Amino acid sequence: MLAQQDAHEAERNARLVKAVYVYEAPLRLWHWVNALAITVLAITGYFIGKPLPSIAGDTSAQYVMGWIRFLHFAAAYIFAIGFLGRIYWALVGNHHARQIFILPIFNRNWWGEVLYELRWYLFLVKEPNKYVGHNPMAQLMMFLFFTVGAVYMILTGFALYGEGLGAGSWADHMFGWVIWVLGGNSLQVHNMHRLGMWVTLCFIIVHIYAAIREDIMSRQSLISTMVSGWRMFKD
Amino acid sequence: MTETFYDVLRRQGITRRSFLKFCSLTATSLGLGSAAAPQIAHALETKPRTPVLWLHGLECTCCSESFIRSAHPLTKDVVLSMLSLDYDDTLMAAAGHQAEAILDEIRTKYKGNYILAVEGNPPLNEDGMFAIQGGRPFIEKLRETAADCKAIISWGSCASWGCVQAAKPNPTRATPVHKVITDKPIIKVPGCPPIAEVMTAVVTYMLTFEKLPELDRMGRPKMFYGQRIHDKCYRRPHFDAGQFAEAWDDEGSRKGYCLYKMGCKGPTTYNACSTVRWNEGVSFPIQSGHGCIGCSEDGFWDKGSFYDRVTDIKQFGIEANADKVGATAAGVVGAAVAAHAAVTALARARSKSGIDIKQGQEER
Repeated sequence: MLAQQDAHEAERNARLVKAVYVYEAPLRLWHWVNALAITVLAITGYFIGKPLPSIAGDTSAQYVMGWIRFLHFAAAYIFAIGFLGRIYWALVGNHHARQIFILPIFNRNWWGEVLYELRWYLFLVKEPNKYVGHNPMAQLMMFLFFTVGAVYMILTGFALYGEGLGAGSWADHMFGWVIWVLGGNSLQVHNMHRLGMWVTLCFIIVHIYAAIREDIMSRQSLISTMVSGWRMFKD
Repeated sequence: MTETFYDVLRRQGITRRSFLKFCSLTATSLGLGSAAAPQIAHALETKPRTPVLWLHGLECTCCSESFIRSAHPLTKDVVLSMLSLDYDDTLMAAAGHQAEAILDEIRTKYKGNYILAVEGNPPLNEDGMFAIQGGRPFIEKLRETAADCKAIISWGSCASWGCVQAAKPNPTRATPVHKVITDKPIIKVPGCPPIAEVMTAVVTYMLTFEKLPELDRMGRPKMFYGQRIHDKCYRRPHFDAGQFAEAWDDEGSRKGYCLYKMGCKGPTTYNACSTVRWNEGVSFPIQSGHGCIGCSEDGFWDKGSFYDRVTDIKQFGIEANADKVGATAAGVVGAAVAAHAAVTALARARSKSGIDIKQGQEER
């Protein structure tokens, strides 16, 4: 019987795995909604700057740019409100939820571990350390490229959105100053916002690669943790 | 000099009927509604004229050229007299010492009560040697006349932002007025040149209400610079539909599709071209089939090509746009990740096979 065979194999090869509950449900939900929003934002944003080929025909029957912009703005609201929700969760959630907002920069030991992780990624150390939350290197990258990046994209994005809503709109009141601070030239802010999209893409490449690599190479689970919330330790 | 605007008009043979027509037209163009027409008429009949000194720094006189073409004939004929334009070295009959004497006269006689209109800007390099008027640098003349004025109108992109003479590398250090005069209210009326009717309307507003028009964050009158060209462009439906001219003189371009892909700067340019238009409301650049070049925006010469939508970013010291910079960065990161993955896989394969042999030996 197969089950018996499996039980036999498990008895022979299995090892005990320790697990810690790290990421609570709201945080995991936010992560995946956020990932989807960023994907939509990047694709629609690309086509706002470099639109799709023209479609001939009755103008009143088409709304291609209109829909692309609508999707971009809708995803932007989800991204921004999600980010606010994430900040709220950092306050009420467990201490792992605060990691990407606060760096222990005055902790010498932490910097040492950042260096250790860097050496691990440079193949200079044989064994990585075990971490319940982010490893210090990941935490640093998360903060610089996600947290700071998200604030930058929300500020510039809603400032540009306010231009469409018009002078005196809520977005103009709350974010219009961003364009003024960045030199007052709207075209330049468009370019800077677009550059932010490319920086995010670079982050995504590294983020996904590191997650897959660490899932295989490190001593703990990575990808399944963001699905189930449990961090498993392999040894 | 106590005569009112109305006196001046009548003296110049303008009928009351024409005068009232002008008032209602001005009210309409300011967006004030018909009730404001009698108010404007009353103001012009009772108020003494405010002297205006019109200075010219580094510029091309396109602002003046635009101004004297203000659409309505009465605006052209009348506003110049209404203004009590006491000094304008391009237009005035007086010259030399006679002309310069007027500056001192107005400064003392109307201390704190005249308007200073500045076309062009002062170059600051070499102690202002790049713009000499009446034997001394323009910057001195500007500082002196600005000291006693009520407010300053910065005509055009030169006075407002710097424009072409301030474009990189800006050899003369041409500097916009607000960076030199910091203690006076300044109204920026950017554009290269600004629309004639916008210029006359700003002046009329100031004379009528004796206050500055409401300004936006950048110091421009909200009534003319509150919206982008794009917001009121008659080709906007083609933009929303995703119908673009893909090349000059292609099918889309002939059909009057949106010029966004041809580098139109309408979506990032604050001006009234798509509503007020030019030359008595005949047309404006986009209507003539060419994209907006964004001439009323700060530093428009230095922000990349007129024919690109995603323009080059010069800050990196290389000529590349956000997409080129970004795609290169993403490519480098992608390649680095691939190389890293390959090294990881190799290292792992090597150590794994070692483990497997060990385990195999143990099992035996």
